[in-house]
Amino acid sequence: MTDIKKTDRPADTPPAGPEAIRAVPVRHYGRYVAAIVALGILGLLIWAFANGDINWGAIPDYFFNDRILTGVRETLLLTVLSMLIGIVGGVVLAVMRLSKNPVTSSIAWFYIWFFRGTPVLVQLFVWFNLGFVFEYINLGPVYKDEWSDFMTPFLTALLGLGLNEAAYMAEICRAGLLAVDEGQTEAAHALGMSHSKTLRRIVIPQAMRVIVPPTGNEVINMLKTTSLVAAVQYYELLRFAQDIGTTSGATVEMLFLAAAWYLILTSVLSVGQYYIERYYARGSSRQLPPTPWQRVRTHLTSLSSRKGVAA
Amino acid sequence: MTTAMVKAEGVHKSFGHVQVLKGIDLEVKSGEVFCLIGPSGSGKSTFLRCINHLEKVNAGRLYVDGELVGYRQKGDKLYELKDSEVALKRRDIGMVFQRFNLFPHMTALENVIEAPVQVKGVSKAQARERAMQLLDRVGLGDKAGSYPSQLSGGQQQRVAIARALAMDPKLMLFDEPTSALDPELVGDVLDVMRDLAESGMTMVVVTHEMGFAREVGDSLVFMDGGVVVESGNPREVLTNPQHERTQSFLSKVL
Ligand SMILES: Nc1ncnc2c1ncn2[C@@H]1O[C@H](COP(=O)(O)OP(=O)(O)O)[C@@H](O)[C@H]1O
Ligand SMILES: [Mg+2]
Repeated sequence: MTDIKKTDRPADTPPAGPEAIRAVPVRHYGRYVAAIVALGILGLLIWAFANGDINWGAIPDYFFNDRILTGVRETLLLTVLSMLIGIVGGVVLAVMRLSKNPVTSSIAWFYIWFFRGTPVLVQLFVWFNLGFVFEYINLGPVYKDEWSDFMTPFLTALLGLGLNEAAYMAEICRAGLLAVDEGQTEAAHALGMSHSKTLRRIVIPQAMRVIVPPTGNEVINMLKTTSLVAAVQYYELLRFAQDIGTTSGATVEMLFLAAAWYLILTSVLSVGQYYIERYYARGSSRQLPPTPWQRVRTHLTSLSSRKGVAA
Repeated sequence: MTTAMVKAEGVHKSFGHVQVLKGIDLEVKSGEVFCLIGPSGSGKSTFLRCINHLEKVNAGRLYVDGELVGYRQKGDKLYELKDSEVALKRRDIGMVFQRFNLFPHMTALENVIEAPVQVKGVSKAQARERAMQLLDRVGLGDKAGSYPSQLSGGQQQRVAIARALAMDPKLMLFDEPTSALDPELVGDVLDVMRDLAESGMTMVVVTHEMGFAREVGDSLVFMDGGVVVESGNPREVLTNPQHERTQSFLSKVL
């Protein structure tokens, strides 16, 4: 933010008063050395991979393959839905955990203790195999079916990932709720707002500023964790890539391809996270941080105006 | 005009083992400006918070507009009020805090319309119109779109006053409304409060601004150690305190 103001300066009228200082800037030789070393190592790596026994051509051939694209779609769908369960569950658990009612807060504590304390892969297997415990699912007149028909791979994956995520999101949300000044709740109550309205309208929107950055991390983590559900027979990006790998013989190549897709998806998510953070920062600082596009524009205009001054 | 808006009879309040209010008796008449002074820690804020149900009274009786605070009396039994009933009573009592407590994620205008819309169900358009009138009244009509972080402390406190007024309260509580302000900003807030007093609002004001108490106040109470030490007409108490503790306190702040 501050450097924007600095670069803004030349565009405006130059400051009056004493002449601006023109000094020789400090040279950072260390940076040049580090850059050269890094480039060297990168070059060696590229050389090693390029000369390895890898059929690079297979990657572009399959990059937009139908099954790969289906896999990408499934991965995204699973990420979004699991995170939705995770976030809603996390908020509810966090509120329960902070509640004055000892019963609800103990239930939340126990849930978090269990789901954070066991590996998500184990949880996925347990959901998958729950048919040994419950042979039928019977919701009275509403729904009745055999467990194995009810618990499809998709539902297994969704519940496994979502319920696990809720435990992590609960801790993130709790920290966010605790970060909001007590005076806010007091002011809302003094205006006659109920507990739930105070929470929804006043506390949670402010907690979001603390909650969003780690949640962005969780989304990115979730996107990668979805690759575990191949273990419960759910087909997503990695599983499709592996399948193509075995049938076409390009095993390693397809793993690289999957990695490239994961990188693309996580990069897109990071950009989205930036904008959401910016939205929830409103009111907390005097000026919103610029969007990347605005940043580029100010740099460009300041460059051109600097040239103008020089000419 | 002689009915009591607030009536306290032997009000006690303790936090754990610490007794903060040790039997407060006082009466705030409808339409008067009632000033509460006293050293830090004497229980002034706690008493204000009791009036607004933010703290529960442990013993004694506290009435606002003739109704018992926090409890319902049936025969000689007391029943605790439900949260929703407490919320209903708070609508009629405006409160202004030392640290403003504006909602930082909302503009000044949004702060003012929040409670009327969310609590009373007033339409947004109607609430906005009224909010603009109130912001004009506190001299901030041009700041409606600003976030609290873009306003000075004095401006924030005036928005906070407008926010409380938007619920059309019958009683306003001020807890050291100017204590967190730079000296040059105090005047604007006091002007708004003076204007409010002239309009006939019943106000209970905890303050260290003795000039305000003298000019605007109708009654004044000096509290120390959780009890009322001295009370009366502000001009009389401030110029001619009877009690030794009042004298020593005033000699320090004046
Ligand atoms: N929630 C609380 N828990 C424990 N002690 C409190 C609480 N609120 C206030 N107190 C204590 O009550 C006493 C009176 O506080 P307060 O009413 O804020 O005084 P004043 O507003 O006159 O400065 C202080 O000693 C304070 O520490
Ligand atoms: Mg106080």
